[in-house]
Amino acid sequence: MSLIQEIDFGTPKSKSEAMVTLTIDGNQITVPEGTSIMRAAMEAGTQIPKLCATDMVDAFGSCRLCLVEIEGRAGTPASCTTPVMPGLVVHTQSDRLKKLRKGVMELYISDHPLDCLTCAANGDCELQDMAGAVGLRDVRYGYEGENHVFAKSHGCENDSWMPKDESNPYFTYDPSKCIVCSRCVRACEEVQGTFALTISGRGFESRVSPGMSESFLGSECVSCGACVQACPTATLTEKSVIEIGQPEHSVVTTCAYCGVGCAFKAEMRGEEVVRMVPWKDGKANRGHSCVKGRFAWGYTTHKERILKPMIRERIEDPWQEVSWDEALNFAAAKFKGIQQKYGRDAVGGITSSRCTNEETYLVQKLIRAGFGNNNVDTCARVCHSPTGYGLSQTFGTSAGTQDFDSVEDTDVVLIIGANPASAHPVFASRLKKRLRQGAKLIVIDPRRTEMVESPHVKALHLPLMPGTNVAVLTALAHVIVTEGLVDEAFVRERCDWSEFADWAAFVAELKHSPEATAIMTGVDPQALREAARIYATGGNGAIYYGLGVTEHSQGSTTVIAIANLAMVTGNIGRPGVGVNPLRGQNNVQGSCDMGSFPHELPGYRHISGDAVREQFEAMWNVKLNNEPGLRIPNMFDAAIEGTFMGLYVQGEDILQSDPNTKHVVAALSAMECVIVHDLFLNETANYAHVFLPGSTFLEKDGTFTNAERRIQRVRKVMTPLNGYADWEVTILLAKAMGFEMKYNHPSEIMDEIAALTPTFTGVSYARLDELGSVQWPCNEKAPEGTPVMHIDGFVRGKGKFIITEYIATDERTGPRYPLLLTTGRILSQYNVGAQTRRTENVVWHAEDRLEIHPHDAEQRGVRDGDWVRLASRAGETTLRAEITDRVAPGVVYTTFHHPDTQANVITTDFSDWATNCPEYKVTAVQISPSNGPSDWQKAYDEQARHSRRIAPVVEAAE
Amino acid sequence: MSSSPDKLVYMANQIGKFFHSQGHDRAVQGISEHIWKFWDPRMRKQIFAHLDTGGAGLDPDVLDALQKLKQQA
Ligand code: SF4
Ligand code: SF4
Ligand code: SF4
Ligand code: FES
Repeated sequence: MSLIQEIDFGTPKSKSEAMVTLTIDGNQITVPEGTSIMRAAMEAGTQIPKLCATDMVDAFGSCRLCLVEIEGRAGTPASCTTPVMPGLVVHTQSDRLKKLRKGVMELYISDHPLDCLTCAANGDCELQDMAGAVGLRDVRYGYEGENHVFAKSHGCENDSWMPKDESNPYFTYDPSKCIVCSRCVRACEEVQGTFALTISGRGFESRVSPGMSESFLGSECVSCGACVQACPTATLTEKSVIEIGQPEHSVVTTCAYCGVGCAFKAEMRGEEVVRMVPWKDGKANRGHSCVKGRFAWGYTTHKERILKPMIRERIEDPWQEVSWDEALNFAAAKFKGIQQKYGRDAVGGITSSRCTNEETYLVQKLIRAGFGNNNVDTCARVCHSPTGYGLSQTFGTSAGTQDFDSVEDTDVVLIIGANPASAHPVFASRLKKRLRQGAKLIVIDPRRTEMVESPHVKALHLPLMPGTNVAVLTALAHVIVTEGLVDEAFVRERCDWSEFADWAAFVAELKHSPEATAIMTGVDPQALREAARIYATGGNGAIYYGLGVTEHSQGSTTVIAIANLAMVTGNIGRPGVGVNPLRGQNNVQGSCDMGSFPHELPGYRHISGDAVREQFEAMWNVKLNNEPGLRIPNMFDAAIEGTFMGLYVQGEDILQSDPNTKHVVAALSAMECVIVHDLFLNETANYAHVFLPGSTFLEKDGTFTNAERRIQRVRKVMTPLNGYADWEVTILLAKAMGFEMKYNHPSEIMDEIAALTPTFTGVSYARLDELGSVQWPCNEKAPEGTPVMHIDGFVRGKGKFIITEYIATDERTGPRYPLLLTTGRILSQYNVGAQTRRTENVVWHAEDRLEIHPHDAEQRGVRDGDWVRLASRAGETTLRAEITDRVAPGVVYTTFHHPDTQANVITTDFSDWATNCPEYKVTAVQISPSNGPSDWQKAYDEQARHSRRIAPVVEAAE
Repeated sequence: MSSSPDKLVYMANQIGKFFHSQGHDRAVQGISEHIWKFWDPRMRKQIFAHLDTGGAGLDPDVLDALQKLKQQA
């Protein structure tokens, strides 16, 4: 194994299709029009010296190192800013060029410290490389003159010197090493889209400056690390590299945080991760990442990770550390006992959207084939199950229609109930880039999100009352239909016309107009009409949506309404358009694909279908139950009723992530055996009897499937600290229960999946190694996968318009609970925070805050930063208030990353009508000033501390 | 929303409300198909038991859909 060295072509790739031929150093080269001479040379294998150019950002032409000679042209143009022309004859090396370049380097080096041997970038410094490349042998100017290098010169303070900025937990900024190439500034603007950095001052005075000469941490910086990656020197350097040294080998793998699915090179020294560097060939992220994937992997070796299996008879007892055998036999005996006593259907399991496809597949196999029932569900239940339902009803597949590259061809972006800048940051960066090029943005969200507020982006924001999505989307359809903006040719060709006619008549009713619905939705009718016109007529229109759509009692209806909008405007079936759910966790798509729902086998095929079930029966060599099993909320109800007594939970914290915490606590407490298989003693583990230590994404092989349906490899870079990868644990548990599954490697599991699932038949590890990644369907018809779906027709045949009646949720405000609470995420934390809270990311978000409008705050005598009591019909908690007009009067907002807040104590158990996806996004609440934690929080905290005790190990007295 | 038949009645009616605007016949079809596809047998058994005692609280479309489903079962 060696370090993967990616070629830096110096300037970005040109998308032009017109080709240009020129001669460089005597070789004919043909490249797309708009390519720089620098890039053309590199494509032919000639590296022209450079410092300020790098292919992630546009050329700037400031260092003057990349000069070339062009026959027939005077002077020495910079090759990074000079585009190719037909017939040019270019020389990259001549006496004149050599002299000029040496002169440039001499100037740089005369203001640069010469501590190369002890510098963190030693071995990975472009300044060093260029000094070598141009043959710099001595520097005529001494170091005594004006410089940025020394704190003191001639015994006095050197005003040009600046101390290191170590405020960011993950990287340092050492201004004394800066060559002011502005790569970092351009990366922050062009790649990340945050505009946190500027070059302040001019000439010798110019400096890289976060914000208005702030510290990195104090500035707008979101710590994505793009600037660190772009910096050619040690000026911006990962602290981990400073601490450990340069990596010696690297392995390509996939981020385990969000549904964007960024590909990374894990750069290693032995089994120690030195740093994670986004991989330029990663088709989801194209060399970019966010703070979580790049930096927040410290949890993998956190001291709180549990590495030994543990058991206990009762949850009041302390945990006993035991051997794997003992824990597995204990668990198996309990489960078998429960099945004997209460029946075969009294146990079940929950698969994880954080684990690999292979692991998820095995858990559902264990349940269906080993437990002999279909009581398998996944936490996608609580986030995106309505997406599966809604899109399969209308289009015929349970997934998004595009790849992320598609956004580059989009003219109008409609974002509904999603906040990509926080939850899908790398996609947001790609989107913002397109918006800066002129695409239009419409945001439908109760809150003014970071997306609406991002720099250089103008958004049309429709702030709606939480819970009124369907009314707003139907009003958009009303405008499109009644103003004659329907793409009739598309609808006639692709959709069922009579269903369309019914639907069109329905949406055209006056009661669905923006004017008539404004009283419920709170959306300005003029703005809504404007949005409908832009989406219908503005060119390629793409819809991106998130949990603000699905987590409602009408979640599935909303997804259907979205699909209707895309069909009626013909925005489906080509690049730049489509319907795109932004998935929360890394493998939500995969866990759904892998048959994690109680009614569906892998590939979304209903369990009652004999032909499909028989295939699985033949392969697994067992008889399968043909009835749908229990969904998570139904499992809880059945537990309280006393008919569901054992649960195996892999890699999820259902207690913290599911709504109405008190109900979940009651359900878990009622069960006789809860097996938690996780990295940490999470909140669910407080009610567990068996704890099986899990492994991290760095410790196993497998695949994740991101929001684009893209299947990507996860590769093992270190031995599991807990002894086994999660897929091995599931096999061991199955074996203990008397059900044998034999696999030597996850690739064999994927082969089985491919053999049983028509959309996966072309997928294998060999294929993935060869292509990097594939988007399903991948089969004989699409051997390289399917970036855009429904191109020549819908998967289900004709697109199906379905009527979407707005039905107000039964969760209503009233005198006791007059405000509507809605929930969301922030960038630096992930989901329930189990991982990110165990990294330095806590500097950005130490606690959950309640956002409240100044008007509502004043009425209640709440000041910024005050503790407030947040109460709903389900329960109450306390947290601190943040007063802001990002939320409208009548609406409050919070995140749910911290267990102390227990935001889900507040949420009710109302849920989506079709899928029982809980209604997180609307809860009627009241706010009042408070002095501190509620009684529930204190009692919960006490129970948690009690339950997490681990008994000291005593030698067995035999 | 705590005891079981109430909750199931609530869920069934919620499904019914979605299909309601499609007219009685399609609604009955849609509701029964949905419950057949997504509810586990013990939930179906419970709601059928409730149906046998008069089906209090069930909306008309839902009542018809459950009757139909029960006959098929
Ligand atoms: S870390 Fe990202 S956001 Fe921060 S300054 Fe660098 S590029 Fe900009
Ligand atoms: S910090 Fe690095 S990338 Fe930024 S200007 Fe200085 S040397 Fe260039
Ligand atoms: S969390 Fe998401 S956006 Fe950030 S690096 Fe990981 S996959 Fe990419
Ligand atoms: S690399 Fe071309 S001017 Fe710096």
